[in-house]
Amino acid sequence: MGQGWRRALSGLMMAGALALAACGPGGGSAAKPNTTYQETLIQQLIDAKSGDVITIPAGVYAIDRGLSLDIDGVTIRGAGMDRTVLTFKGQTAGAEGLLVNASDFTIEDLAIEDARGDGLKVNEGENIVIRRVRAEWTGGPKTSNGAYGLYPVQVRNLLIEDSVAIGASDAGIYVGQSNNVVVRRNRAEFNVAGIEIENTQNADVYDNLATNNTGGILVFNMPNLKVSGFATRVFRNRVEGNNTGNFGRKGSAVASVPAGTGVIINANDQVEIFDNDIGGNNTANVIISSYFSTGYMNNEGVAPNFDPWPESIFVHDNRFAPGGAKPDGLDLQALRVAMFGVTGRLPDVLWDGYIDVKKFEGGKVDPALAICVDNGAAQTLNADGPHGNKSPALAGEALRCRLSPLPGISVAAAGPVPAERKVPAPVKP
Amino acid sequence: MKRLALLLIALALAACGPRPLTPQFIADGMPERLADWGMVAAKGGRLTLADGVQPYELNTPLFTDYAGKLRTVWMPKGQAAVWTPDVAFDFPVGTVITKTFFYPRAADGTVAPGDDLRLDQTGGGLDLAKVRLVETRVLVRRTGGWAAFPYVWNEAQTQARLKRTGAAIPMTLTRPGRVDRFVYQVPNVNQCAGCHATDHAARALQPIGPKSRHLDREVSLAGARFNQLDRLVMVGYLRGLPPAGARPRAADWRDEAAPLDARARAWLDINCGHCHSPKGPADTSGLYLDAASPAGASLGLCKPPVAAGQGTGGFVHDIEPGEPDESILVFRTGSTDPGAMMPELGRSLVHDEGMALLRRWIAAMPAGCR
Repeated sequence: MGQGWRRALSGLMMAGALALAACGPGGGSAAKPNTTYQETLIQQLIDAKSGDVITIPAGVYAIDRGLSLDIDGVTIRGAGMDRTVLTFKGQTAGAEGLLVNASDFTIEDLAIEDARGDGLKVNEGENIVIRRVRAEWTGGPKTSNGAYGLYPVQVRNLLIEDSVAIGASDAGIYVGQSNNVVVRRNRAEFNVAGIEIENTQNADVYDNLATNNTGGILVFNMPNLKVSGFATRVFRNRVEGNNTGNFGRKGSAVASVPAGTGVIINANDQVEIFDNDIGGNNTANVIISSYFSTGYMNNEGVAPNFDPWPESIFVHDNRFAPGGAKPDGLDLQALRVAMFGVTGRLPDVLWDGYIDVKKFEGGKVDPALAICVDNGAAQTLNADGPHGNKSPALAGEALRCRLSPLPGISVAAAGPVPAERKVPAPVKP
Repeated sequence: MKRLALLLIALALAACGPRPLTPQFIADGMPERLADWGMVAAKGGRLTLADGVQPYELNTPLFTDYAGKLRTVWMPKGQAAVWTPDVAFDFPVGTVITKTFFYPRAADGTVAPGDDLRLDQTGGGLDLAKVRLVETRVLVRRTGGWAAFPYVWNEAQTQARLKRTGAAIPMTLTRPGRVDRFVYQVPNVNQCAGCHATDHAARALQPIGPKSRHLDREVSLAGARFNQLDRLVMVGYLRGLPPAGARPRAADWRDEAAPLDARARAWLDINCGHCHSPKGPADTSGLYLDAASPAGASLGLCKPPVAAGQGTGGFVHDIEPGEPDESILVFRTGSTDPGAMMPELGRSLVHDEGMALLRRWIAAMPAGCR
């Protein structure tokens, strides 16, 4: 009986399931970890040749050093994300559970638990597939948990699907500085950021479940990097009840995200958010913000070519369930009460109000760079950040416009977007 | 019976006397014993260097848990490296570089810091009654590029065997007024690339130490005093060396007479610059700590972190000018938590003296970020 099943069952059933797991052949992380396998695994990772499949049988394996792989064309395959578990609880060295610097890499059907730093980091490579992998910190959300669960960075042609990320003190699934990316059918829970797309170009994020994070889905641009991100589509996701208090370490980018955020865009361009079910996020279902609102802007430490404004943003045709009932922070709470009354809610969409007036044409925003929000009756609040939040106001029809839809992404391993929407169900409803 | 037979064979072999140590370039395969290379070997209670194996040291070395390091280079007859101004010298196929990590023995089976020993104390070999050998890493330049092999010394200190999966060795370090237990980490072969694949896209291993700025140094050895680069030219291992004054030179981080900035930058260059460079694996952070990085945001001044996660330590800038204890750089280089510490590999202890230097350097910067 696997771990995921156990979670789904009632408390009474759970005791029985644990007893079964302890006796069964497959294990599950309740079983006593195997401490001798790590030497075998390290040897396999060192000796791997292109085309090899490293198979890790069902079982729980204690790993005390970071693993690494730098050979192209290797597949690592377990027996299932609840049956093959690499546990790094006793890790004494290495900043990741598994660090990969290779192309044509596939990892599937296993779990990486309790890494001291990141769970899985893939740093540079092409044609990367992460499938049915669980990265989890098992002690629940804690600031001392590792930063990123699944962390590809500077990769091209990436597919992350049917995976699970739980408990990351930064982002559960974090795609950084990459190009041509599909992130689909994943479940991100109890992370500071559920899914984060950062400084990445051409990403499709669909059919994911992001719940119980501080912020559900983030599309960010950070300064001082060689590439800035644009062209991300976020659609057909369920982004619900992301109200876990922000447990990110101060100074990290995600520490600036208010608890109760559904989808948040920060300083990124050409982002299309559509056809999602977003609700129950207590600050706002959608936040559109500039780098100025992170609190990290300064002239000396931020490269002058950095574009801090979100531009060409199109949030449309989403289905919102009520949110904004209990925004994070005294300022937003006061704003809610002042504008909407003691029992009122902030509107579904919150915009910090920053706009690059230097790019205006004829005194108005260039329509191609506009922020367009069009979700039926849903309202947008302009928080008036540029003027110290002095005159926040509903945007009314000011932001109601439409941009051309972004083209889809083609990642060979992913194929086209399936017609049928398959979002994972929450494990803890 | 079998054991006795083996013993007799061993005795018979020993009776033949120690074999002369002859350096070998082994063009392929994975030699099981360090002695196969013939560069350095334990003989008669000493770690000795073969003839033609040139020991060297760096102006500022990488910190590795206070281990002493004996570095050597050897090339096949008639071969020489070509001088380059900033990257590792262009070494010929056949070059073998070794680095032996050791500690002076201290009371009760503990060890003492060896990182302050200079070439005149180590370059002639090591007295095994006084030091404990831990590992010797071999970097060999083969036709297909550089290859790395970690050899771990046995308890008896008689030989070192290849340990491609690395090792974790519990040790106790004794310093005046303090004792630290720690786990010395021998990297596995893949982890070698974590530092030595300095161009992360090309992924080819490169030596880190043997660059002009690190080797340009006056040293004493066997009663003679000389510049290391001149010596390499003299023994025929280096060509194309420009005159002194036309060469970059890293400061010695311990040299109180050198400018503070040069000392701190030398420390950052050798400890961090192999990853934190525009081509290195840590280019993902936008933080460049190599010698070529200009002072400013790319060096970390007032720079917000990118993906530090919990490694921020709660601070908002990589370097907070004037405020070392509010700088992420100091937090991470001072941490021993694998999820936060920098460098990520190669140490289990904090380099207290290096930290003191970084603190002084940051404290001396004009405060504030505008």
